[in-house]
Amino acid sequence: MLWVDKYRPKTLDKVLVHQDIAQNLKKLVTEQDCPHLLFYGPSGSGKKTLIMALLRQMFGPSADKVKVENKNWKVDAGTRTIDVELTTLSSTHHVELNPSDAGFQDRYVVQEIIKEMAKNRPIDTKGKKGFKVLVLNEVDKLSREAQHSLRRTMEKYSASCRLILCCNSSSKVTEAVRSRCLNMRINAPREEEIANVLEFISKKEGLQLPSGFADRIAQQSNRSLRRAILSFETCRVQQYPFTVNQAIPPMDWEEYVSEIASSIFKEQSPKRLFEVRGKLYELLINCIPPEIILKRLLYELLKKLDSELKHEISHWAAYYEHRLRLGQKAIFHLEAFVAKFMSIYKGFLIETFG
Amino acid sequence: MAPVLQSSQPWVEKYRPKQVKDVAHQDEVVRVLTNTLETTNCPHMLFYGPPGTGKTTTALAIAHQLFGPELYKSRVLELNASDDRGINVVRTKIKNFAAVAVGSARQGGYPCPPYKIIILDEADSMTEDAQNALRRTMETYSKVTRFFFICNYISRIIEPLASRCAKFRFKPLTEEIMSNRILYICKEEGLNLDSEALSTLSSISQGDLRRAITYLQGAARLFGSSISSKDLISVSGVIPEEVMQALFSACRSGNFDVADKEVKNVIAEGYPVSQMLSQLYDVVVESEDLSDVQKAKICKKFAEADKCLVDGADEYLQLLDVASNIIRAISNMPQEFSFGS
Repeated sequence: MLWVDKYRPKTLDKVLVHQDIAQNLKKLVTEQDCPHLLFYGPSGSGKKTLIMALLRQMFGPSADKVKVENKNWKVDAGTRTIDVELTTLSSTHHVELNPSDAGFQDRYVVQEIIKEMAKNRPIDTKGKKGFKVLVLNEVDKLSREAQHSLRRTMEKYSASCRLILCCNSSSKVTEAVRSRCLNMRINAPREEEIANVLEFISKKEGLQLPSGFADRIAQQSNRSLRRAILSFETCRVQQYPFTVNQAIPPMDWEEYVSEIASSIFKEQSPKRLFEVRGKLYELLINCIPPEIILKRLLYELLKKLDSELKHEISHWAAYYEHRLRLGQKAIFHLEAFVAKFMSIYKGFLIETFG
Repeated sequence: MAPVLQSSQPWVEKYRPKQVKDVAHQDEVVRVLTNTLETTNCPHMLFYGPPGTGKTTTALAIAHQLFGPELYKSRVLELNASDDRGINVVRTKIKNFAAVAVGSARQGGYPCPPYKIIILDEADSMTEDAQNALRRTMETYSKVTRFFFICNYISRIIEPLASRCAKFRFKPLTEEIMSNRILYICKEEGLNLDSEALSTLSSISQGDLRRAITYLQGAARLFGSSISSKDLISVSGVIPEEVMQALFSACRSGNFDVADKEVKNVIAEGYPVSQMLSQLYDVVVESEDLSDVQKAKICKKFAEADKCLVDGADEYLQLLDVASNIIRAISNMPQEFSFGS
C-alpha cells in the first residue's frame, strides 16, 4: 500500500492538517441537519480525505464498505433514449460519482441519478439519518446546463438527499449552485504542516529522518501534500538511511520541461522550434495535461528573464492558455506560445546587444 | 415519501413565505397579485430579476393561494431546468396539460378560478426553439391556462413571449428589509447576531436573501449560536481584507517577482479568482491615488480576465496577467509591449 493511502486519516479526529475545518465539520454533522456542501481548493490539499472522513463520521464504519459499480442509465429524452454509462462508488449511505465523465450528457446524469436517489429513501432501522449523500467530483467541469439543472434539484430533494460537491476552483461553479451550498475552502497545507506530516509518517514507519530533510521535500512539493508524501516514499526507496543532502528526485516531466526551456534560451530559430515541438508531443503523449506543461514552462522561463520581459511573457502565457481551452488541439497553442516567446526574446537580444 | 423532519430542512425552505403578502420588498407584484386573488383574474406573467429576490417564492405562493393544497396537484404544472424542457416536452406535455379544460369549483375557501397555471422556472435556460413552440400554445389555450415565466435575464426570453406577458421586475432587496428578515429568523432559531455581523451579512450577500440565509445557516451550524462577522466571512467565500491588501501592495511595489509570489499564494490558499477580481475591482475603484486613466487600464484587464475565466482558462495565469497589468498601470509603464508585435 502506498503511504499516501496508508496514512490517509480515516476519521475527522485524526486529521493532521485542517484541524479547525475538521472540527467544524464534526460539529456540523453531530446536529441533525446538514446543508449541501461545496469543497474547493487546489489539488493535494485534502478535500477528498475530509469528505471521506466526514462520511464516516455521519454513517459510521459502514461508509467504508464501498463497492465499485459500472452503472447504466437509460434516459428518456423525447424521441430517443440515451444510454449513459458511469462508474460509481457506493456504500449503503452514499454514492460517489464523477458526472463530468459523461461528457456532454452530464445533464442527464445529474437529473436522473439525483431523482433516482431521492425516490429511494434509505430505510435505516436505527433511523438516525433520514438522508443519503451524493458526492459529485469535479463539478467545475460540469457543463452549464448540468449546473443549471442542479439548482432546483438541490432544493426540491433536499429532504432526502444531501450533495457534497468537490472541485478545484469555485469560479467555474455557477453562482446559483454556490449560493445553495455551504462553501468550504480547503487551502493547500503550508510547508511547515507538510513537514510535520512527513515527520509523523517517518515516526510511524520507524525511519531516521535527518533534520531539514522533511523541509526540503516540503519546499519542492508546491504545497501539495500528496506530492510530498509520494516523493518522500520515492526517496525512501532510492536510498535509506537518508543522508542530509540527499537529492530529492524531481518529477521526470518537470526536468523535461526545464530542458525544453533551456534549449529555447540557447537558440531561437524555426529549426529549434521543430525540435521543441517533438518534445512537447512527447509530454502530451505521456498524458501531462497541456495547461500544466504551459504553466511549468512559464515558470522555467520566468526564472531566467529580465523583469521587463516578464510582464510580456506572462501576458502571452495567459493568452495562449485561454486559446488552448477554447481550441481543440493543444499542440498548436503550446507551439504558438514557444514561437511567440522566441520572437520576443530574439527581438530583445537584438535590441540590447545589436 | 415519508414525512420530513422539520429540522432537516434548509432554512431557505423553512422560511419561504407561504403567502403572497409576505413577500418582502416587491410591492408592485404583491399589489397586482393580491388583486388577482380577489378577482381571480390573472394575465400571463413574466418575473425577472437577480437570484434570491423571491421570484419562485411568489409564483408558488400565488398558485397555492389560488388552488389550495387539494387542487394544487391537478391545476399547477411546475417545470424547471432540472426537468427536460426540450421542444418535445413543449409539444406534448405542456400542450396536453394546457389543453384540458377545468371548471371553477370553489373548494374549501380557495378561489379556484377556472384555469390552470404552468410555472416555467428558470425559463432563460430554455432553448429558443422551445420558446417559439410555446407562442401559439399560449394563445390557443389562454382561456384555460396561465403561464408564469421566471428568469434571471429577460434578454434571453424571446420577444414574442415577453410581449404576451405582464412583466414584473424583482428588485434586489434593500439592506433594511434584509436585516428585518434576518433578525426574524435569528429570533426564531435562537441565534445571537450583533449589529456588525448583520451589516457584514447584508453587504456580502448583495441583495440576495437566499444567499444571506444560507450563509447564516452555515455559520450557525459551524460556529454555534453566537455568530461574529468573521465567521460569516469564512463561510461565505469572501476573500479577507488582508489577503486583498497583500496582493494589492505587492502590485504597488512594482516588482514582478513579489507579485508572482503573492499570486501563487492566493491560488494555493484556494481563493476563487473570480471573487478576487470583483473584490480587487472595488479596491482599485476606491483607491484615491490612482488616476482615472490608470483605473481604466486596470478595469479593462479585469473584464478580459473575467471573460477568459468564464471560458475556463487557468486561474493562476489569468491572475498573474491581471497583476502584471496592475503593476504596469501603477508604475506608468507602457501597456503595449515593445518586442512582440
